[in-house]
Amino acid sequence: MAFSVDSAWYRWQRLGAPSQAPSEPTPLLLPGRDNPKLSLNKWRIIFPSTGRQWKDWKQASTFYSGNGVQTTKYTWFTFVPQNLFEQFHRLGNLYFFFLVVLSWFPQVEIFHRGVTLLPLVVVLLPSMIKDAVEDYRKHQYDKTINSSKTRVYDKEERAYVERCWKDVRVGDFVQLQCNETIPADILLLHSSDQSGICHLETANLDGETNLKQRRVVRGLPGQNALFEPEFFQSTITCEMPNNNLNKFQGYMEQPNDERVGFNIESLLLRGCTIRNTEVAVGIVIYAGHETKAMLNNNGPRYKRSRIERRMNVDIFLCVGLLFVMCLIGAVGHGIWTGTFSEHPPYDVPDEYGNFLSPALAGFYTFLTMIILLQTLIPISLYVSIELVKLGQVFLIHNDIDLYDEAADLPIQCRALNIAEDLGQIQYIFSDKTGTLTENKMVFRRCTVDGIEFSHQENAKRLETHKELDLDDEDFPKLQHFTLPPPTLGRAAGAQQSPPGALRRCQSARARVQGHARSRSLGRRDSSQSQVAFSSTIEKDVTPDSRLLRRVREAALQTESLSPFIPTRTSTAFADFFLALAICNTVLVSTATEPRQRVTIPPPIKPPGITLEKIHQIFQRLKLASLSQSFSSSQSSSELGASFGARGPEEPLPALGSGDSSDRGDRGDSSDRRDSGDSTDMGPASLEEMLQSVSSSSLPPALCYEAESPDEAALVHAAQAYSFSLVSRTPERVTVRLPQGTLLTFDILHTLGFDSVRKRMSVVVRHPLTKEIVVYTKGADSVIMDLLEDSAGAEKRMKRIKEKTQKHLDLYARDGLRTLCIAKKVLNEDDFQKWANFRREAEAAIENREELLMETAQHLETKLTLLGATGIEDRLQDGVPDTIVALREAGIQIWVLTGDKQETAVNIAYSCKLLDQRDTVFTINTENKETCESLLDLTLEEVRKSYEWDKPRRKIFGIIPTAPEAPEAPSTEFGLVIDGKTLSLIFQGGLQEKFVSLARRCRSVLCCRSTPLQKGMVVRLLRGQLRVMTLAIGDGANDVSMIQAADVGIGISGQEGMQAVMASDFAIARFKHLKKLLLVHGHWCYSRLAKMVIYFFYKNVSYVNLLFWYQFFCGFSGSTMIDYWQMIFFNLFFTSVPPILFGVLDKDVSAETLLGLPELYRNGQNSEIYNLSTFIITMLDAFYQSLICFFVPYLVYKDSDIDVFSFGNPINTISLLTILLHQALEMKTWTLSQLVAMMCSLGFYLVFSLIYNAVCLLCNPPTNPYWILERQLSEPTFYLLCLLTPPAALLPRFFISALRGTFGSSLILKAQQIDKLPKGQRDLEIQKLRSRKATSGASPAPNDDLDQSISHLCVSPFLHPAAAAVSQGHTEGQGLSSSAVNPLRRGTPEEGYCFYNRWAEEESAATDSSAGPFAPSRGTAPGQGSGQVPKDRDSRSNSGSHRRSVSPVTL
Amino acid sequence: MKNKTNFPSQEEEARPSRCPDNSAFKQQRLPAWKPQLNIVTVLSSFFLTGAFCLTVGVCLILSANSVREIQIDYSDKCSDCSKFRENSSNWNKECHCSVNFTLKEDILGDVFMYYGLQNFYQNHRRYMISRSDAQLLGRNVNIQRSYCAPFTTYKNGTPIAPCGAIANSMFNDTIDLFYNRNSSVVQVPLLKTGNSWWTDKNVKFRNPESYNLSSAFAGTARPPYWQKPVYLLDEGDERNTGYVNDDFIIWMRVSAFATFRNLYRRVRRIRHFADGLPAGNYTFRISYNFPVSKFKGRKHVILSTVVWSGGSNPFLGIAYVVSGTAATLAGFVITAIHLKLRKKKTYFQRQ
Repeated sequence: MAFSVDSAWYRWQRLGAPSQAPSEPTPLLLPGRDNPKLSLNKWRIIFPSTGRQWKDWKQASTFYSGNGVQTTKYTWFTFVPQNLFEQFHRLGNLYFFFLVVLSWFPQVEIFHRGVTLLPLVVVLLPSMIKDAVEDYRKHQYDKTINSSKTRVYDKEERAYVERCWKDVRVGDFVQLQCNETIPADILLLHSSDQSGICHLETANLDGETNLKQRRVVRGLPGQNALFEPEFFQSTITCEMPNNNLNKFQGYMEQPNDERVGFNIESLLLRGCTIRNTEVAVGIVIYAGHETKAMLNNNGPRYKRSRIERRMNVDIFLCVGLLFVMCLIGAVGHGIWTGTFSEHPPYDVPDEYGNFLSPALAGFYTFLTMIILLQTLIPISLYVSIELVKLGQVFLIHNDIDLYDEAADLPIQCRALNIAEDLGQIQYIFSDKTGTLTENKMVFRRCTVDGIEFSHQENAKRLETHKELDLDDEDFPKLQHFTLPPPTLGRAAGAQQSPPGALRRCQSARARVQGHARSRSLGRRDSSQSQVAFSSTIEKDVTPDSRLLRRVREAALQTESLSPFIPTRTSTAFADFFLALAICNTVLVSTATEPRQRVTIPPPIKPPGITLEKIHQIFQRLKLASLSQSFSSSQSSSELGASFGARGPEEPLPALGSGDSSDRGDRGDSSDRRDSGDSTDMGPASLEEMLQSVSSSSLPPALCYEAESPDEAALVHAAQAYSFSLVSRTPERVTVRLPQGTLLTFDILHTLGFDSVRKRMSVVVRHPLTKEIVVYTKGADSVIMDLLEDSAGAEKRMKRIKEKTQKHLDLYARDGLRTLCIAKKVLNEDDFQKWANFRREAEAAIENREELLMETAQHLETKLTLLGATGIEDRLQDGVPDTIVALREAGIQIWVLTGDKQETAVNIAYSCKLLDQRDTVFTINTENKETCESLLDLTLEEVRKSYEWDKPRRKIFGIIPTAPEAPEAPSTEFGLVIDGKTLSLIFQGGLQEKFVSLARRCRSVLCCRSTPLQKGMVVRLLRGQLRVMTLAIGDGANDVSMIQAADVGIGISGQEGMQAVMASDFAIARFKHLKKLLLVHGHWCYSRLAKMVIYFFYKNVSYVNLLFWYQFFCGFSGSTMIDYWQMIFFNLFFTSVPPILFGVLDKDVSAETLLGLPELYRNGQNSEIYNLSTFIITMLDAFYQSLICFFVPYLVYKDSDIDVFSFGNPINTISLLTILLHQALEMKTWTLSQLVAMMCSLGFYLVFSLIYNAVCLLCNPPTNPYWILERQLSEPTFYLLCLLTPPAALLPRFFISALRGTFGSSLILKAQQIDKLPKGQRDLEIQKLRSRKATSGASPAPNDDLDQSISHLCVSPFLHPAAAAVSQGHTEGQGLSSSAVNPLRRGTPEEGYCFYNRWAEEESAATDSSAGPFAPSRGTAPGQGSGQVPKDRDSRSNSGSHRRSVSPVTL
Repeated sequence: MKNKTNFPSQEEEARPSRCPDNSAFKQQRLPAWKPQLNIVTVLSSFFLTGAFCLTVGVCLILSANSVREIQIDYSDKCSDCSKFRENSSNWNKECHCSVNFTLKEDILGDVFMYYGLQNFYQNHRRYMISRSDAQLLGRNVNIQRSYCAPFTTYKNGTPIAPCGAIANSMFNDTIDLFYNRNSSVVQVPLLKTGNSWWTDKNVKFRNPESYNLSSAFAGTARPPYWQKPVYLLDEGDERNTGYVNDDFIIWMRVSAFATFRNLYRRVRRIRHFADGLPAGNYTFRISYNFPVSKFKGRKHVILSTVVWSGGSNPFLGIAYVVSGTAATLAGFVITAIHLKLRKKKTYFQRQ
């Protein structure tokens, strides 16, 4: 919280700053030089602190904040007032403050002033101390940060001098060394790297540890010369400070009026670390609080849980109650005072002897009563809840079941105050990739040139992997054995690395070890470092032998530069793998030094590894001229300069010559590969692992660091076919061909991947043919549309396209992720033309994004299809199980994915999200009207069946254990919808229809949805249905939905940390969700709900005692209980047991909760804490307070009892009652709870005894002296204490006894089950579940009712057996089964696309919309069967309206 | 080189795992007792509670019935005095009246004499706080800072001792009891002291230290409603005058309700009254000083014995009996439901 305030404060300050700026006369902006439309409040202008513009800089820098940061909130002097001021922003504290102020008026003073002050102090002081400590720590931290050193160019000394961070100013030149932290946002002007690259690690910013590239501003003259700040004369114009980490733009105006644009690519962000770059120099753009990192520094999120929202309502009810009570007191007192004709002796006048008028007395009484009954507002509840939540989160955090051994990650609870929301989730929105699946991409199959290669061996290998993974438990043992060998292996590896040149990088070692160990550790390693880094399972691809042969042939032709024109097929094969190897942004590093990017072919290895040596010698011979420039490029600058001159012909002469000599090498390398393969195929034995260790250290093991795992998978696949990516720089990429030839491509352009284009491209110059080739890789739906017009293309291409499409659909059906690979050859002129466009676009300032997009799209047209790949993303283990359990718990699960429909549907089936018997509605349309009527019709259909089974449910609804919510989703529908339709729904205002349809569906799949849509869907459901939502995801694309949901869960997996950073809880595996929700969620909810309700009860029942007394003291506001004892009652005597209860109580054991997921509904329906339970508890509290007051009253009536002697037994009784009430509520008694209970009572007695014995004068005007002691000597006191609490609790006990004995609620049953011994318990759970299943199945039968719709829209994935069964059971519902059957038999596939087809027709003729529906609903079978051919026609007519559906139509 | 390469492995081992402890507390597996309500525990608890409550209740009622008590309302019987007192000019004039009553049977044991007030709200908030415990402790304090206002000082600045409304409104009737024994009137010997709490008399209330009481209270004035200064409250007994006067102490112990009684005297068990009060005719002779008519109050004089369970109030016994009955009934209801449901359950299961 403190953090957010900080940033808000600074944002405010910043807001203030620019408002001054324009009003200043701006002499620094010489009118001639500046674009008139640029004004200081829109743009930031930076002058270098050196050179001629020093004066301008001097002036300008006064506007910009310095680099010193101050994140503290307070200073020594302002701490107390400011902190108090802030604390009084909380309503509760204000209330206390109000009471304190009230008590300063003698007319209404009731307690000693100190007494009223106490609660306020108790609440304020701890948070004050906490704030002070926190602030002091921040201050210390700021101090160290501000005084850390960096090197800044000094004008006088003409050199870089060391300065503190805080002294760095905007416009300064800063020199950064490797591994140095960046002190401000700096525009990169120079890098020691030849290609002007500088690597960043942004771990401090977003937790991602993979390296990010930054490059020197393009087009800066003299990039490679030694950078001299003295001669830097340009003025920099850029945008105002903002918090967007991914966007930054501006331009540099050089003295010759030339403008050079730059973007985020050249900005070094404060807080990041320079890696792998010797020296970087830049100019400070934003400093201090204006840096992007600081502006992004939002503190932890504060969410309010549902219980808390509910609670706030009830607190307002309490306020109402308080008001009523006070009013009764005021009116009562007024009337009572008015009844006296003469002032009685006990009506004491004020100081001056004046009596109050009844009205005024009433008013004063009102205020007095507020003070008196203040505890009715359970402010202590807020403090207690905070404590309880801390305890709950602590326990969740420490749950060993939620700890992922592989990643060494326990669950992270990032939000502390919504743990109980976990117990009330109704909707789960899940990402698919990385959440349901492992996000470990494994290359499975590919199709090249229309030929499918199924990679059977690979599939087999993966199978064995799967089995191996199951034995994961063994690996910690193995780990111990395997440790020594890798050390040796590494020692050898370390020797191999060229000394000096390489810098040690932080995570290098850990990674080496991880890779060397075993395949199961591979996973551990990768998730540890939070990088998309490949494990062995992804790395090793067993090539398809058929394909391998072909590829070799093709490669041979390519390499040998054979005079004859290679056949089309062979180039396609070579091109395909070249594209796989090239068309990506993978960083290459060696296994020994993964962080050091390989920019040159590996240098000569020391002797010992003969294969390598031979290989290297060949290489060396072959690349004699080339290696010279290459290997020296790192150190020698003049050679680097020539290198930078970019001669495309340079590598050429060497290539192609060593063809024959390469043979041996090739054989060797394949041998090596084979040995690697064999190790992988074998069982995971110790021996095998050792072997793999040694073998992996032999080759120049290349590690690929990819932004997305599928890229890495593709590169690995290419490597398996001996097209290995050897090095990559922004300018060139080197690939080793099967024969060992190194082919270096000049990269002319890289068009990065984005979610709009859904593809990426590289433009390279082929070193052999010198052709300019565009390789494009992207989603099939996009690429297929970008292929050369089928009309223009040759027939063969058309066929290939069709075949490929077929294969793609096959892949998709298998749940594989598909990517299409395509290429395009450009001629020089076209490319030059395009390149010019591109340059312009890059230099553009305004709407550059659109321009860039446009140019990219311009290039990626008329592609030639090379092939497609199918990458498997395996399901995480335990996913289907978890989903089934969560669904049983009554949670609806939606999958929102960016993936394609078929893949998503398949994953949905395999993780049991959809059942084979389900009716799946698919809505894909691009027309709003169609969409609307589709929704209407589907809705109607669903409603019909829904109403159909409703009465049946009632018949069977006798079973009282399953009170189905009226809106419970019927279990047999699935809805699949795509992003386009979704956006139609959102644009067209069809949300309500969509929601009312979706809520009735068992599961909903949104495919092809953008991150934004994910968030919108979540928000829609939350807003419309007012349900509790949970979003779970692992990637940056899930952030918006994670933030939109009530509970956001991030999976700390492979795709960086953004999801985790945005989440409330971060878990390592999807399966952890089961225990998190079903057990911890349930516990947290029931604990907190019970505690909250208990607190309300406690306060009301206690305060009412005071209220009842008002009827006997003329509503004058007297109390019969000593004030201190009263205040302590809430603060100490009765505070610990409920808190412990809130942290520790378990109503049902974890095992039973997991065994019976239905128990979760308890929290979902807010059964423990809702308005009715609140009211019941309030009534109970009233009853109990009545008993606690009136029994003593009637006992002591007409006796000589004095006020405090009367109050003492009441206080004691009420304490006993409240504690016993708690005891009744408690389901588990651990020692700590027992002790807390006893201590509460003991503390009360001891405190009261001491207080009453000692306190003779300490609390004037009341005097409790010796009262308890006196009471303890009287039998009446004991008799009262024995009688009253049981009498007060009798009704509650009676009812809970009734319920506990005869009640049939599931919770109670589960509690009973809990008491059984283990074996018997499991048996009971099984019995209960099976009974549930049968009783649940009967109202929602899978026979006739289900089938009545299934003919409408049968899933294509319908299992034949299931279909057969279903047909047999069909019974008439206005239509005889025999009549339907023939139709249905023919249409299982048609059914799936029914809506699509229908949608197409719809767009043509809306009137006939009811047409296709009516017959299929079952009129005449003849009509229905006649429909089928017609359907086919219409389908073929409209072409592929939706490509994704076409597989079904075939 | 070798060292360097060994280093990371040590580092790896040394790095503490983030795995949570597998302790019973953290894994929420603490041994716990899970009370479960089943028919046996429920029924036994209801019936046991019922039986216990009924027993205690009957005992209490029996013992409360053994209490003998006579309560006489003398606010009507002394209506002349009452009217006399309404005129505030008569504040310093005496008014006496007598009330006769007959004891049909002996009252055996210790007999306590109370005065009872009705409708006198001693528990009024502003009244309750209008006192200064420090002053009553005999300390020389500045009562200006106490809550005694407006009964702190007279207009001339003389402090009031004891200050405050409670003290000011002290009950000041004197009641004597006479036994008409064979036409001779014998005054029943009554004990003035020992009626208040020992701690009050000896700790909470202290006279200011001085060589004699009048000098101790020199410079102070009596409360406005009083007829005599505080050190003359009991002229006969040095140890029962001033702040430590028993009547005063008892009055200062503010009553919980508007209708209350305060212990006034105890019958001294000597001579005729060694066993208590014998049957016969008695007369209360009352010096009527305390006006109650202006707040529609009434005054009583009460003679009563006490038993171990308190006074004559039978409520506690009744409450026990009622609770016991309720618990027993609840037990029966549960039994009935149990019997009924057992049949039904078999019905369910069959289904």
